[in-house]
Formats: sequence, C-alpha cells, structure tokens
Amino acid sequence: MPGSPSEPYDLVVIGAGPAGLAGAVTAARLGLSVAVVDAAAQTGGQYFRHPAPGLGAARPQALHHDWPAFAELRGRFEASGAAHLAGHHVWAVTRQDEEMWSVHALVGEDSGAVGSGTGSAEVSGSPSGGGTGSDGEGRTHEGFSAERERPVRLQARAVLFATGAGERHLPFPGWTLPGVVGAGGAQAMLKSGLVLPGQRVVVAGSGPLLLAVASSLAAAGAHVPEVAEASGYLGYARRPRALAANPHKLLEAAVHGTALLRHRIPLRTRSAVTAVHGTDRVEAVTVSRLDRDWRALPGTGRRIACDALAVGHGLAPQTELATGLGCATRRTPDGTHALVLDGLQETSVPGLWAAGETGGTGGWQLARTEGELAGIAVAARLRALPALTRSRRVRDLARRRDRMRAFAEAMVAAHAPGPGWTAWLDDDTDVCRCEEVTAGSIRDAVTALGARDARTVKLLTRAGMGWCQGRMCGAAVACLAASGTAQGTVPPSADRRPLAVPVPLGALAALPEEPGHA
Amino acid sequence: MARTPADLVRAEPDPPFEITFDGRTVTALPGQSVAAALWAAGILAWRTTRHGGRPRGAFCGIGQCYDCLATVNGEPNRRACLVPARPGDAITTQEGHGHAGLAV
Repeated sequence: MPGSPSEPYDLVVIGAGPAGLAGAVTAARLGLSVAVVDAAAQTGGQYFRHPAPGLGAARPQALHHDWPAFAELRGRFEASGAAHLAGHHVWAVTRQDEEMWSVHALVGEDSGAVGSGTGSAEVSGSPSGGGTGSDGEGRTHEGFSAERERPVRLQARAVLFATGAGERHLPFPGWTLPGVVGAGGAQAMLKSGLVLPGQRVVVAGSGPLLLAVASSLAAAGAHVPEVAEASGYLGYARRPRALAANPHKLLEAAVHGTALLRHRIPLRTRSAVTAVHGTDRVEAVTVSRLDRDWRALPGTGRRIACDALAVGHGLAPQTELATGLGCATRRTPDGTHALVLDGLQETSVPGLWAAGETGGTGGWQLARTEGELAGIAVAARLRALPALTRSRRVRDLARRRDRMRAFAEAMVAAHAPGPGWTAWLDDDTDVCRCEEVTAGSIRDAVTALGARDARTVKLLTRAGMGWCQGRMCGAAVACLAASGTAQGTVPPSADRRPLAVPVPLGALAALPEEPGHA
Repeated sequence: MARTPADLVRAEPDPPFEITFDGRTVTALPGQSVAAALWAAGILAWRTTRHGGRPRGAFCGIGQCYDCLATVNGEPNRRACLVPARPGDAITTQEGHGHAGLAV
C-alpha cells in the first residue's frame, strides 16, 4: 500500500485545499507515496469549505459557483491512492537528516475529525517510526487526554506547503465587540455550519473577498445594508494587461457584481467602518469616506444600524512552517510576506515545495495550477527523472501560473492598505485582542519608549504575545511601530514561530529523539 | 430568494439534538461546531476576557484567533469554532483564562 503508515512517505502535503489536492493527485499519479495532512475533517481548504455530511446539504454548489471543478478534483484525489490524514494540526516541520523531513502534528477533537468516520485516526495511529502518545485504541502512554490531543510524526522525503492564507485584520474602535467577525470567518461559518452572525450584516474592509462574502450572506438570507471597500477599483485599470489576460477573473467579478445588484446591496468604495457601536454586541457601525491614503474624511460618518459586521483586509499567506525552516520570503505589493519560489514551485530550501496562497494570494485556480506543477517537480526530483519537468504540460502550466500570478499581484496592489488607517484608532482601542493591549499603550511604547518594530513593541506591551501569537494584530502592530520611523511604514516582519499551533508540553516531551539531533 | 442558509443548500440534516449554554437549552444540528450551534441560537459571546472582563465569541471562524475559547463539559480553552457539538454537551461561558477553579 502506498504510504503505509510504517514507512516514510515520498511526499507529505500540508493542506487539503486546491493546491494540496492537485499536488497530491499529480505526485501519486507519477508513482510517489503521498499523504495529505490537514486540520479540517474534510478536504477543500478554506475556499471550498462545505457542510459536514450530517447537515445533509443537497446543493453545496449554492455556496460555490466553482463547485463542479472542486468535485472533479476531489474525485481524482479520492481515486489517487494518496492518504488523507484529516484532523491533523501541523505544528512544525523539522529536518531529520539530509534526505528526510519530520512533520509534527497534533490529532485531536478540536480538529473536528474525531468520530467523523474518515478513518483518519486509524491511518495515522502509528505512523512512520513511532513517537505517538497513543496506541490507537484511545489509551494513552504519555499522560495525554487521548481524545483531546495526540501527537503524530510523519516522515517525508519531500514536503509541499499548501497551507493557504489567513485573513488580514486591521483594528478600529469597537472591533472586539461580539458580532464583529472576520469576513472570511463569516464565510467559513456559513459554508461549514450553515449559520449567519446576524440578520443585518454590514460587510467592510478591502479586497475582492468582500464581494463574495456579501453575495453569499445575502443569498443565505441576511440583509446586507452596505459593502464598504476602503480602496477604489481604479487600481485594476492601471494594469490593463493583467486584466485582459485573465478573463475568468472579470467573469468572477461580474458574477459577484450581479449578485450585489440582485440583492440591492450598495458598494461604497473609499469607505470604511471607523467605529462600531454597542455595549455587549454590535448595534450599529459608522461608515466614513476615506481619502486616497485611507484617512477618514471629517464629517462624512454615516451611522448604519446592523447586528453584525463582517470585516477583513485581504489575505496573508500562511508561511510560518516554511519560514521556520529558513525558506526565504518576499514582500508582496500589499505588504504581506509570501514564500520565494522557483519556476517549479520549490522554496529556497531544497526538498521543500509550496503551492497556492503560500506563494502569494491568487485564488483557487492559481493554487490548483501551482499544485500540479509542484507535484510534477517533486516526482521528477525523487524519481531522478528530470525529463518530467520538460514536458509540454509543464510549459503550459507555468505559462498559466505566470499569467494568473501577474493578475493576483495587480489585484493585491489595488487593495493595499493606505497608511492613514492608523488614525481610525483612538487610544482605548484594543489592538491585540488576546492580551487586550490598546493603541494608546502601543503608541506610548513607540513615542515614549522608542520602539521601532513589532518585536520591541511586543516585549514592552505584550501585543502579539497571546494565544493567537500575533496572527490577528501583527500587521497592525508593525504599522503602528513603523509610525515612529522616518519611512513611515515598514513591512511587518515575516512570521517566524517555532511552533505553528499551541502544543502541550507533554506532546513535546513525548517526541522521540531524532537521529540528526541526538 | 432563500430565506435561510439551510434553504439555500437544500439541507436535509440528520435529526437535531440538544446542548446547553450556561444552563439554557440550545438546539444543534449534526456536523455543526459548538460556535455554529450558538450562532444559530443568536448567541454571539461565550467568553469574558482576562483583564477587562469583556465579552467575546467567534471572530476568525477558522481556529486561528482563539477568541472563541469556551468551556466545554468542564474543560476550558476549547476552540468553539472547531469543536463539533455533541448531544448533551454543556457549554459554559469561560471567564478569564478558564482556570479560576484551580486557583492558578
């Protein structure tokens, strides 16, 4: 059996979205043993998140106009022989020796996969070289709550990072009130749980995701009084070639635009929610007009009654597993960091590949294309068949990737946050949600104590030191820290976290010593 | 136009079941997370913060922000947006770090 748990895998793919599935299907077809690990119970990643079987959704495509393409990819994956290890939260990838990587994961109930009938617990119960805390029967050796969290280590000759992106958030007064949810978060809860955060949901922030979120919330029965987009859409017009080369993106925009019209949802550009009102939950928001630099124009605030706000400011690639291994990153046009990749999707560290949003946000079609390219490249390397990468198929895929990547870069540039957003904050606004660190404390750290970067601010104020490890506030803290420097804005530093998810000390203690690190 | 998310995807769920939130009965559907079941009941907050005692609930919806931590069957710090709801689950508002009973 390919990828039998007692043997190292040729390829471990991290992430079961379009990039990961395409990479796995391709590598398996070319003869590699492949496992796809993912935190969720089902394949699809964030974009193709869909209801659990128990919800009995007869028409999941109603929430995904690209559903047939995903169903086709999923079908090929299920027939590919690649293993699907659901409910695996990968917290680190380490180098075992010159030819082998270790992929460390926690399997547990927070994954949503326990008892879901995927059989993943059985598949992963005794992977490659031992080191688990459980005997697969639910009993524990190391004092873990077996039902809750169980460490697993997989061995891989190559790793494909298909870890996608997270939503980027910028704070504003009131953004911690219940009822304020991530735009992507509202979409995820709707797609997986068939629920809405409220009846009247304002959608705000920046980026093309907002249109998709507004149209699906409205289709699902919410009233969306308004979409407030902080940028204009003129940015696209400055890159006519990228637009002309990507007609499918124009079609997508037309689909969402038509949906907004049908639901009579006004789209206000150069506008942002600059305050949320309510004591224990959202009761209304203030939408203000912005200038070109995202400064709120005085006197333009309009109060809109609503019971929820879905807000997000674009996507940030999830690169922490790769950067932990030294993979180089580049700054994207909207100030996030993405992995630097070669023409065949390999990172700057040989043996580690990446596909999809980890190399810069660009949508699921780009992700699928990059996944296939990476799958071919990994097979060519491991099977010592370099000719595989010189095929016509590879040339076609590379051309398609370059075309879509050019559009993606133009798109994110059009939605790059302007420096003026920091003026939305009053001193009492919590910037770090976990540690409840206010904008005032961060400004003090910058102006009175001389902090010039996010790390110094963190050491002085605890901003970014909580449960989420700065995932929610990192971009904002970096911008506030940079406000004390001459250049005004510096990019947030690329994520470097030794552990990508919180790990119980018991799980670390139970790790076997690795040969190269004894 | 669909009236509810379930109408939109023509959902025919398996039979619903009951959980409790701070003692109040809440109906959940098989396959929903704890957070989804609470949202469906109009409940948006199930945690108070450690310093300000402010209410919080689900924010990122995908397990990254840890704002949705809840006490599930007596165990604190569970991510409600990931934990599947199960029949009879007792969800309680998590106060602070959730370990007040342990005096740590």
